[in-house]
Amino acid sequence: MKTKLNKNSLFNHLQGYAFIAPTVIVLGVFTYISVVVAIGMSFHKVNLFKWTFDYVGLNNYMRFFSEDRILKAFTNTIKFVSVVAPIQTIVALVMAAVLNSRIRAQRTFRFVYFLPTLTSSVVLTMIFMFIFSINGPFNTIGLSMSLIEEAKNWLNEPSITLKIIMAMNIWSTVPFYMTIYLAALQDVPQSLYESARVDGANAVKCFTSITVPHMKPITTFVFITGVISTFQMFDQAYIFSNGSGGPQNSTLTVALMVFQYAFSLLNDMGIAAAIAIVLAIAIITTSLIANKLNKSEKLYS
Amino acid sequence: MKKKKVSCMPVLYVILIIYALITLYPFLWALSASFKNYAELTGGGLSLIPKNITLENYAKIFTRESAYLRWFFNSVFLATLITGVNVFFNSMAGYALAQIKFRGSKMVFYLILAAMAIPGQVLMIPNFIIVNAFGMMDSYAAILVPGAINTTYIFFMRQYYMNYSKQVEEAAKIDGLSRIGCFFRIALPFAKPALATQATFIFLGSWNGFVNVMLYIKDVKKFTLPLGIQYSQVQYGTLWNNIMAFSMLSFVPILIMYITLNKYFMKGIRMDGEK
Repeated sequence: MKTKLNKNSLFNHLQGYAFIAPTVIVLGVFTYISVVVAIGMSFHKVNLFKWTFDYVGLNNYMRFFSEDRILKAFTNTIKFVSVVAPIQTIVALVMAAVLNSRIRAQRTFRFVYFLPTLTSSVVLTMIFMFIFSINGPFNTIGLSMSLIEEAKNWLNEPSITLKIIMAMNIWSTVPFYMTIYLAALQDVPQSLYESARVDGANAVKCFTSITVPHMKPITTFVFITGVISTFQMFDQAYIFSNGSGGPQNSTLTVALMVFQYAFSLLNDMGIAAAIAIVLAIAIITTSLIANKLNKSEKLYS
Repeated sequence: MKKKKVSCMPVLYVILIIYALITLYPFLWALSASFKNYAELTGGGLSLIPKNITLENYAKIFTRESAYLRWFFNSVFLATLITGVNVFFNSMAGYALAQIKFRGSKMVFYLILAAMAIPGQVLMIPNFIIVNAFGMMDSYAAILVPGAINTTYIFFMRQYYMNYSKQVEEAAKIDGLSRIGCFFRIALPFAKPALATQATFIFLGSWNGFVNVMLYIKDVKKFTLPLGIQYSQVQYGTLWNNIMAFSMLSFVPILIMYITLNKYFMKGIRMDGEK
């Protein structure tokens, strides 16, 4: 009897391994081995054409302080994250709350709002590039309302380009986060709102004193997800500048720079790996801090 | 109480309608540009409805070495393959983590969670070297093999199978059905709604995917639609009416999918595995 049981449990183990094998293999090779390789590479000067790896210690990391482009890429990225992540979170929460307030045609509005989430980054970027191009509607409308003085190709204005990408990113990510909020809002008991209304609270008061506190865990999730994805912004910057990060490095993000160092003519995978690792540390640290702040706030309220 | 509701509602509708316009406006401009000729596009009219509606931008796409159709079928092929493989592997892993007791299952679970925190940029360079070493460069295997699983959806399926009663399976086992039989005949059909949600979002992600294809596929004939559009834009520059027609055509299949599978999109993903 006992041997039978053991046999059974051994069989169970084997079945478990068989089911999990594809995941473990792919995750092992393309994530965990890759992380180790990336960390190792960041301490080497790598030339892929010649297949040489020379140990250079912390040299790649030191270059952060001497190369202006790297600094510029980090500044651009931090600007991007600190504008986009909070705004997309707030807009998503407000719009979800409005949608959830027993309005009619909710399904129609949701149908329309979701469209940008379906659209590929390439198509989105093409549409926005067209809008801000010399013949695009931004010029036409701006001129007719005399908001701008002359028609310009805004894609070549270094002071504007990153802002265009920010607007595009907020516009296209809000609907996804709104869907997450909407699902969570279904769990807030309606009786809370009803009793608040009996007490004379208006819609704004209901939002700030019931919706916002109840949505706190979701807000942490949405904000952290937003921070993680904005830190890694690549597609839109790449397509916008055809990989150059221009004009005048205004659309150069950290992710784009990693790509340039590794795969463009620069052929310097060592520093690319170092930049990627610093980016990863930045992302993980920010997420942990955001998570911690949110939890500690909870203790006092 | 009723009075308050009446006074508040119009404001909400105004907010909703303004946001709907903000959402739709860029699409409408793109659609309108795709039906304009170049002279009207550069003329700078404010009208959304073209003066002379022309189909030449669309006609051009289908004649120009018929690359569009090729890229379209490449996209269909790759997205379908990736979706199929992912749904299968993710569900297997999720099922094993939730229902099969085996040594190391906890550790595998934590490794899956930890993998979610690692940004793609770190993996991009070593993955490129590995793909190259395996001789998968310039083939769809370079996208399919590293993308055969998705940690988010493994986690999603695990949560789903946590709520799954094993009683039916126990009964089936007595009838002589093996574990694998149970998985295919009972566990997979049980999870149909979760499989559909998973499939929808993986297909969407693959259809719209850009960076992996750009990194690994060099042969223009093997491009997918997003790569094709970007390639055309670089080639044809400011012919925005052509590019908008191209963009609209790549959006149509997803729009059709969105309309037919609307309920799966609307649900989004709930990580607690609720239906």
